[in-house]
This record gives sequence, C-alpha cells and structure tokens, in this order.
Amino acid sequence: MINKGSKVLLEVKNLKAEVAGVEILKGVNLTVRAGEVHAIMGINGSGKSTFSKVLAGHPDYTVTGGSATFEGKELFNLEPEERARAGLFLAFQYPVEIPGVSNSALLRLAYNTLQTERGLEELDPLEFDDLVQEKIKVVEMDPSFLGRSVNEGFSGGEKKRNEILQMAVLEPKLAILDETDSGLDIDALRIVANGVNTLLSPDNAVVMVTHYQRLLNYIVPDYVHVMDGGRIVRTGGKELALELEARGYDWLRAAA
Amino acid sequence: MTMSKEQCFEQLLLGKAIKSTGWIESIRVDALARAQALNFPSERHDDWRLTDLSPLFQHGFHQVDSYAQLTLADIEKLLIPGSIRLVFVDGSYAPLLSDLKQTGAGVTVASLVDRLGDAQVEAHFAKHVSSSEDAFAALNTRFFEDGAFVHVANEAATPIHILHVATKRETPSAIYPRCLVVMEPNSRAIVVEDYAGLNDGINFSNAVTEVVLKEHAQLQHVRVQREEKSAFHIGHCSVEAAKGSVYTSTALAFGARVSRYNLHVTEQGEDAEVSLNGLALIAGRQIADTHTRIDHAAPRCKSHQLHKCIADGSAHAIFSGKIMVHIGAAGTDSVQSSRNLLLSGKARIDTQPQLEIFNDDVSCKHGATVGQIDADALFFLKSRGFSEQRARNLLTHAFAAEIIDKIPVPSLVEALSRTILDERMKGSV
Repeated sequence: MINKGSKVLLEVKNLKAEVAGVEILKGVNLTVRAGEVHAIMGINGSGKSTFSKVLAGHPDYTVTGGSATFEGKELFNLEPEERARAGLFLAFQYPVEIPGVSNSALLRLAYNTLQTERGLEELDPLEFDDLVQEKIKVVEMDPSFLGRSVNEGFSGGEKKRNEILQMAVLEPKLAILDETDSGLDIDALRIVANGVNTLLSPDNAVVMVTHYQRLLNYIVPDYVHVMDGGRIVRTGGKELALELEARGYDWLRAAA
Repeated sequence: MTMSKEQCFEQLLLGKAIKSTGWIESIRVDALARAQALNFPSERHDDWRLTDLSPLFQHGFHQVDSYAQLTLADIEKLLIPGSIRLVFVDGSYAPLLSDLKQTGAGVTVASLVDRLGDAQVEAHFAKHVSSSEDAFAALNTRFFEDGAFVHVANEAATPIHILHVATKRETPSAIYPRCLVVMEPNSRAIVVEDYAGLNDGINFSNAVTEVVLKEHAQLQHVRVQREEKSAFHIGHCSVEAAKGSVYTSTALAFGARVSRYNLHVTEQGEDAEVSLNGLALIAGRQIADTHTRIDHAAPRCKSHQLHKCIADGSAHAIFSGKIMVHIGAAGTDSVQSSRNLLLSGKARIDTQPQLEIFNDDVSCKHGATVGQIDADALFFLKSRGFSEQRARNLLTHAFAAEIIDKIPVPSLVEALSRTILDERMKGSV
C-alpha cells in the first residue's frame, strides 16, 4: 500500500559491494516506506541476492561505497544482530539446519532478546508457548515442528515456512524475503504467501527478492524493480512483473 | 612457593597418618610402597606424554585436618532434588549435609570407613583399580580418608548422588575421594559422582572408583567433574561387567586447570553391554584428558562409545580410547566415535581411537572428526538478534547436548545446560 506520507524505513543510496574482491553491486538506489511491498527481480547473477545479504550484514560481503539508513540510522555501522534488534529481518534463501537447538528454544530466545531490546518483559517458556501456538497458525505448521531441531530433516517447503514463522514471532519492521518462493510447490507457495500477507500492516514493509513472477500473484507488490549488472535498471508497478513474464529479461537489456 | 616435580611428590607422600586396622592396613602399606616406587609418570610415558602435568607440580598439597563447616545453603546449587545424597567436604564424610532418607530396602549408601567390616567391601575394595601400575591410584589407596559405599541388591528408587565439595584452604589441599559400587544380580541404579569446588580454591582431587556389576545388573553411572578452574583433578575408575549386565557411563569434564579421567571397563561375562558417553568442555588454559579402555573378554558383548571434546581459548583436550577384543570374545559388536569441536585457533584437541582385535567374527567400527562452529549457522543466529557470544554458546551447547541429554536425571541436565548457555555471557545479551 503506497502512502507517500508514511515513514521511510530503508533508504539505500548508490550502494556498492563486493565479495572476494569482485564487485557485485555497482550503485543500488532504493527507498522503502512503511506499508509498502517491493519486489526485486532479475536473472541469476544480477546481484539481487547479494543486495539482501549486504543489508542483513553477511560477513562475506564488503560494502565499498554508498550508504544505507534504516529508520535514519546508518545500517552499515550496525552488527547483524543490532540490525535484527532494530527490526530488520532476512528470510534466508537456504535456511540452515541446526541440530541440537530446538525450534521452540530458538524462537523463544530470539523473541526475548528483542523484548529486552524494546524494554519489555521476557516471556517464560509457558507464556511463550501460548504466543507461538497462535503464530504457527499463520504458516499452517504442525506444533510437532516446535520440538524438533531447527530445520533438521525439514523439507524445502517446511524450511521456508519456518523462516516465515520466525518472521511472525519477531514482527520485524522490514522483512527481506530472499527467494522464499524457490523450491516451493504450489500449496507451500500459497501458505507462505498467506502468511506474509497476514503479517503485513501499514507500519511494516516487505522486500521480496525473486526470480519468478509466480510469487507476485499471491503477494501483490506496490513496486517492481528489475536488477541487472548490480544496478536497479527499471522500476514500475505490478504490471512490470507481468511484462517481464511475457517478454523475458532480454527485452529490458535491449532497451537499457 | 613454587615447587619442583620431586618436591610436589614428596609432599604428597607425607600425607596424613591415617590410622586403620585389620585387612585394610596391609593394603595401605603396600600402596605407599608402590607409590614411592612408581613416582609421577615421566613426560616420556606413552600414556601421559600428551598430558602436561607441570601446573600441578607447582604446588605443595596438604591433606586437610580441620574441616570447613558448610551448610546446605553453601552447596544448594549443586544438589539434585529428591536424590539419595552422600556429601564429602575436602575428602571427609559430612553426615549433616547428606540425605539418606530415600534409601529403600536392599540399597545401602554409606560411608566406606563405616562399612569396612562389610564382606562386600573386603571382597572388592582395591581389587579392581590397579595400584601397582599407577602412582595416583596408589596414593589414593594409601591416603583416602573416607569414601562412598553403594551396595544395591534391588532397584534403587531415586538417583544416588555422591557429591564431593572442595573448599578454599589457606594452603593447597590434597583430597582422595574413594567410591565402591557393588551391584548384585538383577539390581538397578543410577549413581551420580559429582566433583565440585567453592571460591576458586586450589585443590588436587585424586579420586578412585571401583564398580562391580554382577549378572544382569544395570547401572547408569554419571560422572560430573565441575571443579574450580584453579583446581586439579585426576580420577580412575574401573568397572567389571558380568554376564548380561548393562553399564552406561556418562562422564563430563568441565572444570579444573588440569584434569584426567581414566576409565577402564572389562566385559568379563558374555552378553554384557557397555555404553560410554564422554564430554570435555573447556576454555582458557584448561587441560582435560580422557583415557578409556574397554576389554571385550567374553563372547557376544557390545560396546558403544561416543566421546566429544570442545576446546575454546588455548585449552587442550585429549581423548585416547582403546578397545581390546580378546581371544574368545566371538561375536563382539563395538562402535567407537570421537567427535570434536575447536572454538578457537589456539585451542588444541588430540584424539586417539585405538582398536586391538585378537579374534575373528567381530564387528568393530571407529571414527574421529574435528570441526569448527558453522559460519552459516552463526550468521543465521546473529540475523535473529543473538550476540556473537550467545550464538556461539547456543551452537556449543547444541554440540554438547547430545551427551548431556543422556544423563537420566532431568534436573541435572537442565542445570548443566544452563551453565553452558550462560557461560561467559555476563554483560552480553
């Protein structure tokens, strides 16, 4: 939902970044306001996944130029955990398995860390269980998944739903979904999309990084950005995604 | 005063003139002679060459002769609610801190010295741990003041907690914990041996435990070494498993500047089953050494071993696990696994799985791995708001939990888990 008067959450200016000495981002500009849904599309290697990892603070990537502010704070002065506590969330493209850490313990400890950050009371395991039982409905997940080790033995779709469950519990201001649709069958895609839609509000925002238009049938974007060669080369409304679907990315490259 | 290795040993030999009479007197006299002849192991001793004992040799250890008066409040954090409890303070039995109310019919939990007249004590004491080969075991046999005697002829209803507490003394203290566990045929019990200290005292706990499982007995033996980081700990345990018996050990080493645990299990009777679970979790300049040996001496016995070392800082963890399959031990089924986690570039882990097989018709597998904290998991946790230290603690605990969760005492599992998760966390979120 576009509301030009709403608060700017993320402001990225001329961002440049490299990995292992190779420049991947070559000047990215993006403004995200509260209430908005953005889609960043592009072919493999265009830099869209790098962009999401740089925003979250992945240690393999080095920012070499430009700036990013999150609610006015210099994002790149913050450690990854400080970004998370400030309300930034990355749903991982390849969620990691952590044997020996139960899903419920992870969620509760992460939740309580944010509660402390916000000056609120921590929840004990019983209180937290009440909260999480509500949240798992958002992603239609069986409660038995809470007692299992994080993502261990989960299918691809279950892992992605688990990422959205973490988002539901942590209630970020800005969620970046890095190819959350990849590897999902149509039912899982619908569940994940419904979950995200349930969590959207005028106070938060979502940036979806995706290769395919398919996800955008379920989570309707206000803006579609096309990334190519480490830059955003075209920005439009949701109809831009349909045009890409029909004509492919080559059309844009020829026009650029 | 800094001592030499020789002075340190001489000081230990001075010990305390413990009065004893009857059958045990000659055992004590022999043990002193053996200790004198054996002396400390040399740096070249094959079984000790990786274990740097030099920090131990710097102190002169004296046996305690006036005991600290502790209250239950002093040791509250160490207690296991609902257990049968035998407490020793600086090596001396503390009846006021002990709780034997839960001891049911067919179960004896008592001071060893009080039970020297018991035929089971005379039959088994010092018959299993060899004082003839090891000076530490010999010193214990000569100088132990008291110990635990556990005799189970039935099923023990609750865990038996044998808690040794070392207090802070003006001079470094030498403590000789002793334990004898005799499991009668078809009996069952959980025994928790627990070594802890107070207020960063410098003590040298030199412990000996002997365990006898008669036919079809089942023992779950938990050993927690959580001494102060300024302390020293050397423990010997010898287990004899008769026909059809089941012995499960879960041994954890968290504390002490230098620690060593020698565990020797002999499967004497056919169809015995042994599971050894081990964990050393150390940091700073700590050294933790675990030496185990399993002897398959009868047909169709099983042994299953999983040992984990986690070393942070510039700590050094050592695991040496020998499995001997003797002539006649047909149908042996043995699996041994050593898995290790290095948390820092300066830490060191040595692991030596060894198999010696003098028999056909056996199934023996072993393997060892050493890894580090997974960088992807670390970044994931940070992206969920966990500080670096807390994320590392969580992943460390996850690695350790596979062993800790095997302890059949939930309150102890919880207490130890909390310690790991909170370790070095003060001041960070």
